[in-house]
Amino acid sequence: MKDLLVIGNGMVGHRLVQAVRDRDAAGAWRITVVGAEARAAYDRVALSSYVDGVSAEELTLPELDVELHLGDPAVGIDRDARTVRTESGRVFRYDALVLATGSVPFVPPVPGRDLPGCFVYRTLDDLDAITTAAAEAMAADRPGRRSAVVVGGGLLGLEAARALRLLGLSPQVVEIAPRLLPVQVDEGGGALLRRLVESEDLQVRCGVSVTEITRDRDRLIATLSDGVELDADVIVFSAGIRPADELARRAGLPIGERGGVLVDARCRTHDEAIWAVGEVAALEGRTYGLVAPGYAMAEVVADQLVGGSATVVPAEIDTSTQLKMLGVDVASFGDAHATTPGALEVVVNDPVAGTYSKLVVSDDAKTLLGGILVGDASRYGALRALVGQPLPADPVALIAPGGVDLGTDALPDSAQICSCNAVSKGAIRTAVESGAHDVPAIKACTRAGTSCGSCVPTLKKLLVESGVEVSKALCEHFDRSRAELFEIVSATGIRRFSQLIARYGRGRGCDVCKPAVASILASLGTGHVLDGEQATLQDTNDHFLANLQRNGTYSVVPRIPGGEITPEGLIAIGEVARDFGLYTKITGGQRIDMFGARVEQLPAIWRRLVDAGFESGHAYGKALRTVKSCVGTTWCRYGVQDSVELAVVLELRYRGLRAPHKVKAGVSGCARECAEARSKDFGIIATEKGWNLYVGGNGGFSPRHAELLASDLDTETLVKIIDRFLMFYIRTADRLQRTAAWIESMEGGLDHLRAVVVDDALGICADLEAAMEAHVANYSDEWRGVLEDEEKLARFVSFVNAPDTPDPLIRTRVERGQPVPVGMPEVRR
Amino acid sequence: MTVQLQVRWLVACPLERLQPERGVAALFGDTQVALVRTHDGQVHAIGNVDPFSGAGVLSRGIVGDRGGVPTIASPVYKQAFDLRTGRCLDDPEVSVPTYPVRVVGGMVEVGLP
Ligand code: SRM
Ligand SMILES: Cc1cc2nc3c(=O)[nH]c(=O)nc-3n(C[C@H](O)[C@H](O)[C@H](O)COP(=O)(O)OP(=O)(O)OC[C@H]3O[C@@H](n4cnc5c(N)ncnc54)[C@H](O)[C@@H]3O)c2cc1C
Ligand code: SF4
Ligand code: FES
Repeated sequence: MKDLLVIGNGMVGHRLVQAVRDRDAAGAWRITVVGAEARAAYDRVALSSYVDGVSAEELTLPELDVELHLGDPAVGIDRDARTVRTESGRVFRYDALVLATGSVPFVPPVPGRDLPGCFVYRTLDDLDAITTAAAEAMAADRPGRRSAVVVGGGLLGLEAARALRLLGLSPQVVEIAPRLLPVQVDEGGGALLRRLVESEDLQVRCGVSVTEITRDRDRLIATLSDGVELDADVIVFSAGIRPADELARRAGLPIGERGGVLVDARCRTHDEAIWAVGEVAALEGRTYGLVAPGYAMAEVVADQLVGGSATVVPAEIDTSTQLKMLGVDVASFGDAHATTPGALEVVVNDPVAGTYSKLVVSDDAKTLLGGILVGDASRYGALRALVGQPLPADPVALIAPGGVDLGTDALPDSAQICSCNAVSKGAIRTAVESGAHDVPAIKACTRAGTSCGSCVPTLKKLLVESGVEVSKALCEHFDRSRAELFEIVSATGIRRFSQLIARYGRGRGCDVCKPAVASILASLGTGHVLDGEQATLQDTNDHFLANLQRNGTYSVVPRIPGGEITPEGLIAIGEVARDFGLYTKITGGQRIDMFGARVEQLPAIWRRLVDAGFESGHAYGKALRTVKSCVGTTWCRYGVQDSVELAVVLELRYRGLRAPHKVKAGVSGCARECAEARSKDFGIIATEKGWNLYVGGNGGFSPRHAELLASDLDTETLVKIIDRFLMFYIRTADRLQRTAAWIESMEGGLDHLRAVVVDDALGICADLEAAMEAHVANYSDEWRGVLEDEEKLARFVSFVNAPDTPDPLIRTRVERGQPVPVGMPEVRR
Repeated sequence: MTVQLQVRWLVACPLERLQPERGVAALFGDTQVALVRTHDGQVHAIGNVDPFSGAGVLSRGIVGDRGGVPTIASPVYKQAFDLRTGRCLDDPEVSVPTYPVRVVGGMVEVGLP
């Protein structure tokens, strides 16, 4: 067995190991990795999501079969002996050595740059340190805003600024160039970008540099080249990166003109036993500060290690970038600055709409070379894939508002759809043909879409165009999606299924579209779910307001808001269960389920329950189920807020709310999270300052943890945001799509959701809130409604000609002291 | 030779108890019948016992159509049954009985052997 030693456990080092393991079926290589950071490799591209609440574990890359030595940097290479020594004194022998040490942030030599309060932005440890400093500043006992200065207005600087703002500070960005993102965008794009960024509450100063940093009591002062002094609690340097090539220099390996270990197209250094990949490599003299080129290098080296001869073609390296910043769409791809000889530029600048688009095309205007999009980057995925390909239409039409729709049909199979993972259209098509019929399946088998995610919309288009995409048609009766039907129903005022299907569908409907439309009608507040024609649309559970069981009986679940119940309530439930011979069980949702009720018993059972003060728990509906709570401050010695009260308030507010799927919630009184709020569609965790709101969690088939949407909210704001979240979900989700899948399928994901329901980017929040207010105002208990209406009560019979006769097929026996169904004649499954 | 099948016509309920596009169950001795009135005013009668679960619940399913065939979907595991023939559209080997049905003087009557 030969020894492969990898120095650096970052994204590219990790990919290299993975690529060797994928190819080395024979197990020819034993792999050892030494890493300077104490943590296992993580997704640095998504580093900023850490401040949004994504945990370090979630960012961690999959564990691989290697010998890992973490927290112990390599300090010397002995090329003759083929060994590497680490700081702690360990020595590793190698047959093949790969340098994957990445970059270090460049900190300009400004006096004062080492003062406490100055940081760089590269690792999880950096972010931990920045978070702590920000929290200390927020906690300091003095009036006024807490501010931060970001040195550098490139991609990372803007990401850092956004992170600082999320941490509660007011950031100012100082950029020495005359515009933001000088590498990616041109002057026109930069001007618009600045306007957009400033409207996002970031202050920008271009054309100036920081000349000195001094300390003023517990704050910092950054002095700028124009004499201005900026107060700051935190200063973050993101003024570029330098390849971490120290080791190679000391080992006498040739270094590129601007740093980086010189490698050829095979990624080999001048020493045949040593390769360099990722940001530390100067591929034919040029370094790349992006992950995709690094991945390409890793694949090439892995190929050579198993006997192949793959090389990287620098011309094919994709340097497209998209800014992951809330509210501002920026993308640049290919030859964005038109450096190709004879290249032509086509610009569409629309200051009113706040969009700037530029395409760079070949001198004959036939081939796309690159481009820049600011303000609206929705065509980024499609345009990027067209780079190097013949233009499917006039370039202006490709970027003009209302111009041609960019299908993926026009692309040849060689077009690269996912540039992070170098996946071509052909590879995706093959995956689709062999059974990958949705985005998660494509991700699993091609890796496309698993890094920055910007190609996901294009993946969706490919699915649609290849015809496999389960069309959005609800069923054979409606060509439209649930969300479209919702729009139609609310815009047209149609309130009856028969009208809707006559105008927008065909046939008579089925068990798919009827309950879906029933749910839409119920969400729009159209009276009792069993009124008139609406009754015929309901699934049996909603029709009898109880859950059907395997033997034709039903279960009864009264609402117990927040799980809080009085002894009288418990006694009442116990008496009902005893008197009607029902089996009782405590549910996983903090309430009590009574099983085995026959249809004709339901009204009598509910008469008793309603008299005892209970209401329907909607266990049968696609509706709000429970808001689970922990004990909170009232009793618990750790609680920081009253979680029970909030749970009760929320459950009462949203009770009866019909949705595309069931909705569950939880409220925990402190970070110990006893209510499991993060496994709920919306979950709230108390903080010292208020409430953190998480969304998109569930248990069930594919468990998902909810993600942080907003933090430290006061109760009023919290309720507002939940109102908007739920209404937005109800209006736009697919049938039977829970919130996690809904957010995942949304273009822009959680960021987009936050833009809509927190920052009101679409200007619909007032409308969503009003819709929720209407729901709250119009709520009435469904069961009470039935008990008060003879016509509805008449439905609750087993047999129309023998209303009091029980179904003879229902028989029970006693098990552990309670009645349970006698095995049904299982005829066929 | 023709065999004249003898049926007894038994009254189930007044027609207005059948809400269009929804079913009810009726009990005749041990026999459970699902009665369904479709949008065109037709009344269908098929067995009420769902062959997949063994529960007497077919009448509680959702009424609709599949490619123009009038159907009721079992509320348990959702298989669709042809209201005219009792045939299961999701598994051609499975079917439920059908019964003759008529409306006389505003009353729905089911013919049982
Ligand atoms: C009664 C209960 C089990 C228990 O005894 O604890 C239960 C029983 C049923 N669950 Fe559940 N689930 C119950 C808690 C849960 C939980 C735990 C929780 O809520 O904390 C989960 C996982 C959490 C989640 O949903 O995210 C759960 C995940 C499911 C799923 C899978 C959902 C998914 O997104 O994958 C289904 C299937 C579905 O809804 O399509 C389901 C469906 C069902 C149905 C409705 C199946 C059916 O159609 O007959 C069961 C009948 C309930 C009845 O007749 O009353 N039940 N079910 C719990 C009722 C809680 C309540 O008070 O309302
Ligand atoms: C906030 C942020 C956002 C980003 N966003 C994007 C983006 O959207 N798109 C994109 O393409 N790229 C992005 N990048 C860049 C991307 O993260 C890097 O291109 C990628 O991580 C490079 O991988 P690497 O393995 O070469 O280096 P790294 O991931 O930096 O890994 C190098 C590792 O080597 C270790 N190391 C260094 N010296 C030694 C030594 N002597 N001994 C042992 N170990 C050592 C380091 O500690 C580090 O862990 C972003 C970077 C940051 C910081
Ligand atoms: S979550 Fe916290 S406050 Fe709530 S019960 Fe548990 S420990 Fe107490
Ligand atoms: S382009 Fe980044 S994940 Fe596909």
